[in-house]
Amino acid sequence: MSESQKNPHRGLIFGLLAIVGGSFGFGYALVPLYEVFCEITGFGGRTNPEAVVVQEAPDLTREIRIEFMTTVNSYAPFEFVADRDSMTVNPGKMYFATFTATNMTDDGKIAQAVPSVAPMSAAEHFVKIECFCFNNQEFAGNEEKAMPLQFIVDPDLPEYVDTITLQYTFFDTERVASNN
Amino acid sequence: MTTTTVDSHTADDAHEDHGPPKGIRRWLFSTNHKDIGTMYLIFSLTMFFIGGAMAMYIRAELAIPGLQFRHPEFFNSMTTMHALIMVFGAVMPAFVGLANWMIPLQIGAPDMALPRMNNWSFWILPVAFGILLSTLFMPGGAPAGGWTMYPPLILQTGDAFPFLIFAVHLMGLSSIMGAINVVVTIINMRAPDMTLLKMPMFTWTWLITAYLLIAVMPVLAGAVTMLLTDQFFGTSFFLAAGGGDPVMFQHIFWFFGHPEVYIMILPAFGVVSEIIPTFSRKKLFGHDSMVYAASSIAFLSFIVWAHHMFTVGMPLTGQLFFMFATMLIAVPTGVKVFNWVATMWRGAMTFETPMLFSLAFVFLFTIGGFSGLMLAIAPADVQYHDTYFVVAHFHYVLVPGSVFAIMAGAYYWLPKWTGYYYNETLGKIHFWMSTIFVNVTFFPQHFLGLAGMPRRIPDYSVQFADFNFISSIGAFGFGLSQLIFVLVLLTAKKGVEADDRVWEGAHGLEWTVPSPAPWHTFTTPPKNRIAAEAFE
Repeated sequence: MSESQKNPHRGLIFGLLAIVGGSFGFGYALVPLYEVFCEITGFGGRTNPEAVVVQEAPDLTREIRIEFMTTVNSYAPFEFVADRDSMTVNPGKMYFATFTATNMTDDGKIAQAVPSVAPMSAAEHFVKIECFCFNNQEFAGNEEKAMPLQFIVDPDLPEYVDTITLQYTFFDTERVASNN
Repeated sequence: MTTTTVDSHTADDAHEDHGPPKGIRRWLFSTNHKDIGTMYLIFSLTMFFIGGAMAMYIRAELAIPGLQFRHPEFFNSMTTMHALIMVFGAVMPAFVGLANWMIPLQIGAPDMALPRMNNWSFWILPVAFGILLSTLFMPGGAPAGGWTMYPPLILQTGDAFPFLIFAVHLMGLSSIMGAINVVVTIINMRAPDMTLLKMPMFTWTWLITAYLLIAVMPVLAGAVTMLLTDQFFGTSFFLAAGGGDPVMFQHIFWFFGHPEVYIMILPAFGVVSEIIPTFSRKKLFGHDSMVYAASSIAFLSFIVWAHHMFTVGMPLTGQLFFMFATMLIAVPTGVKVFNWVATMWRGAMTFETPMLFSLAFVFLFTIGGFSGLMLAIAPADVQYHDTYFVVAHFHYVLVPGSVFAIMAGAYYWLPKWTGYYYNETLGKIHFWMSTIFVNVTFFPQHFLGLAGMPRRIPDYSVQFADFNFISSIGAFGFGLSQLIFVLVLLTAKKGVEADDRVWEGAHGLEWTVPSPAPWHTFTTPPKNRIAAEAFE
């Protein structure tokens, strides 16, 4: 009696806490659910090349992680991947990276990669020496092409930046709004 | 109480007599729903002005093309912080404050069901926002990746990142505790003859809101925890390099985010559903259909989240589903709007400040609803997405929507809180200034968005200059007008004394207690008074 007088709300509170716990779990359950969803629908168009993480021992004290992201514009009939997902670099040294694109149609295509660097404060310190994004890229039907990138990270990069994301979106320059 | 239990209750009974403790202890250790409600409301107003100051910076930066002030990342910090502060610091605590004050009074309960947890859920908030605001002074600056915290961008926040996550955790904890308190209070502590369908609409909408909070705040907590572990503990939930997918964050975030927007609007529906009948001197038209409409909106809010992300690349069937499910929400929302209009139909209407704010709410929220329908059209959204059209849309539903409803509620219940009528002239000036300037601010943003001006940029092409300038003028005007509300509060006890009923047409248990409402009310449950309080 005194127990129930002390906590007349106990049952309801535990019920509500169970919903809270269930919701928290549901957030995490969305992760495998999303994987299944993606496998069934092909959502996101992921080709998942194996991630190759470079583990070079650098001589300089500072390490910057460079992450490459590639996106194919939804109308562009290409496969477009970075040969490595990420690399760790020392500022001031020159590095090479390669991106591979495949024309999935039988027709010739002209494509353009548009780069974007994040965070914004790193953008001016990410110096491209040579980049396939500098020019239009011409593809014959079904052609596969490896495209080079050559870059240096400027040592003046702000202290708090330890990761730079370089993202390319691949566009078909002659794309028309076709139902593909 | 029976005589046998007198001894064990002596302390409680004595407590009722001596009134509130003096000084800071009254507030720091408060378990009184009215005091905690007051603290929530004052906290919310403070955050409203801090978030508002950030909005002033944003509009000052955008007043003319080019960079006016600090670097662009600071601008992005301002938009991010403005949103987080307004959503979690101003609008939500304001409604929790109103709930604390009014729900026990509306249902005839002596206090909230869990008063000590109530104290916790309030006092966590100043800590959470202290942490969030402290990020402004950290290396790398405050979070600048948008309030939606999309990875990978948000993972590149400087030292502020873990503080942002911890602050969001605390806000969520506070909301969940507040929501549990509301549900338990409403379910267990209603006056004996108050059945669920006899509950006032404000209490009803809050019951539904509280369930939404309990269901989705933990999902947000999960999402930001995944961000945290991705950043510091080697997981790859959202990191493409490790096999994760940043788009998945958007799904999880918006699974929380869409119910969240209804968390911010349903109590607003409740407030205007109290006010419009009072000043129309008519019963709320279709009380039960209002309940079903609010419940339907709450249910639908769980199955429409991906309309925030039509441009991520979704299968056609997905786009169609989310498009139609979103449009379906217009049906129960339309029911509510038509019911409000029908309540006013042939009513003996008067236009005191709370009624003016409520009328503006109905009209301007509907404009925001219509632009929402436009955004729901998947193919059109590809054009509108991340433009100022979206900014105009959600500000229309949040400022003349939620904020106006909060203002309306504050004016409506202020005489009950203070015992005096506020200055009606000041209130009306506040209303007209706010209403004119809110439209000057946000209406041109529709045009900017349709013309292609993107969100979250500190600079823009010169063709957007004129509308931006108009919008900035409106924003400064709106910001200044809110100072009138402070003036209203400062002079709140200088007016005419209010009687218990306060408003001629007011009905409900809260109007049967004295004005100002004493520190303890309904220590014995009111019996057989519900029917008497109903409209004839």
